[in-house]
Amino acid sequence: MIRPLSPTELARRVAQDIPDGSYVNLGIGLPTLVADVVGPDKEIVYHSENGILGMGPAPAPGREDPELINAGKQPVTLLPGGSFFHHTDAFVMMRGGHLDVSVLGAFQVSAEGDLANWATDDAAMPPAVGGAMDLAVGARRVLVMTTHTTRDGRPKILSRCTYPLTAAGVVDRIFTDLAVLDVTPGGLVVREVVSGLGRDDLRSVTGAELSFPDDVVELHPTGPDPSGPPG
Amino acid sequence: MIDKRVATLADAVAGIRDGATVLVGGFGNSGVPVELVHALLEQGASGLTVVTNNAGSGETDIAALIREHRVRKIICSYPRSAGSVWFEKFWRAGDIELALVPQGTLSERMRAAGAGLGGFFTPTGADSLLAEGKEVRMIGGRRHVFEEPLPADVALIKAYRADRWGNLVYRTAARNFGPTMATAARLTVVQVDEFVELGELDPECVVTPGIFVDRVVEVAT
Repeated sequence: MIRPLSPTELARRVAQDIPDGSYVNLGIGLPTLVADVVGPDKEIVYHSENGILGMGPAPAPGREDPELINAGKQPVTLLPGGSFFHHTDAFVMMRGGHLDVSVLGAFQVSAEGDLANWATDDAAMPPAVGGAMDLAVGARRVLVMTTHTTRDGRPKILSRCTYPLTAAGVVDRIFTDLAVLDVTPGGLVVREVVSGLGRDDLRSVTGAELSFPDDVVELHPTGPDPSGPPG
Repeated sequence: MIDKRVATLADAVAGIRDGATVLVGGFGNSGVPVELVHALLEQGASGLTVVTNNAGSGETDIAALIREHRVRKIICSYPRSAGSVWFEKFWRAGDIELALVPQGTLSERMRAAGAGLGGFFTPTGADSLLAEGKEVRMIGGRRHVFEEPLPADVALIKAYRADRWGNLVYRTAARNFGPTMATAARLTVVQVDEFVELGELDPECVVTPGIFVDRVVEVAT
């Protein structure tokens, strides 16, 4: 029985790759879940591109400040030590390589680390890009967090993106509900796979070549466990 | 004597001409100079080019300017948002021109204008549709796209407090584009929650020095 990771489980796995003390930007959507599951053992400073460092969780109901919102326009709070700054500085932090980690959602990712997450081929919708392109080129480490396939089962990991690119060759690691993959000069390397999913199974839902080194481990709901699957 | 305070919103937007390029601060509903935009609507200028992050939502501020056919062109990063019905309606009908600019590039283009620079090269968007027709250069082994400065006739922004010299402080994330836009326009108009006496703002904490500000109006909140 193959069970893909739930969004929260996926967020927990991504959180394991964020070192204590990191400055992190979480993209809108799935990536925002990561902040909810980072343990208290780590001090992570969250950046929001509208001008916040040290962003805290949503305020209690009734305590919202309409001016204090995150990039997704949701009310947030500021933690002690946090700061406000203007938009240009917010993007200096991003584009200038000062952020340690950016976690982004994806419509498509290619084997060469190209990312498509801002536009589809729907000509009826006006285009909108926001900070997606700056985030993709700026952070020192770019992590993609996504379902492995679209809702109707088409692969999101491809040899080439068919949607318009956000940025080329920027993605370092891809976390999906089925696997963890590294983008390397030699192509996509599988690091972790959910229990019961064989190589051919993973290949059948992936639109790019995959290589499986000998040390592929199981992708647990709580992350890799060197002692093997729970009994 | 320097006194940049004006008595009314109408005074604040007086003289803005048809066809002007107008920077409008705000991100989502945070930091939007709603009353100044409504005053501009009342004032009547049309054929405007509006530079702003979002294209307005609901029936107020930028959405109202679009609805009333005052906006010829919008330069922004994220026009499509919850409630951006007037923008979408006009865009589909071909009644508004859209120039889509990545958010950091939008901000930096205004900064370049305010800093008197002739543009800059950025890796942002270099491999995307938004770089089409632009000069691309390899810098440090990476593709960079040339972006031009984005100067404006007018900036409408919202701050928290101002003194009569036009020194400004902001509130929380409402700061967003304000400090950059204030530098990039020939006429910078600011609405604030309250005026304070000269010397009351801690000089270590002034965010926008008054040199970048031309008119300030107090809007009771």
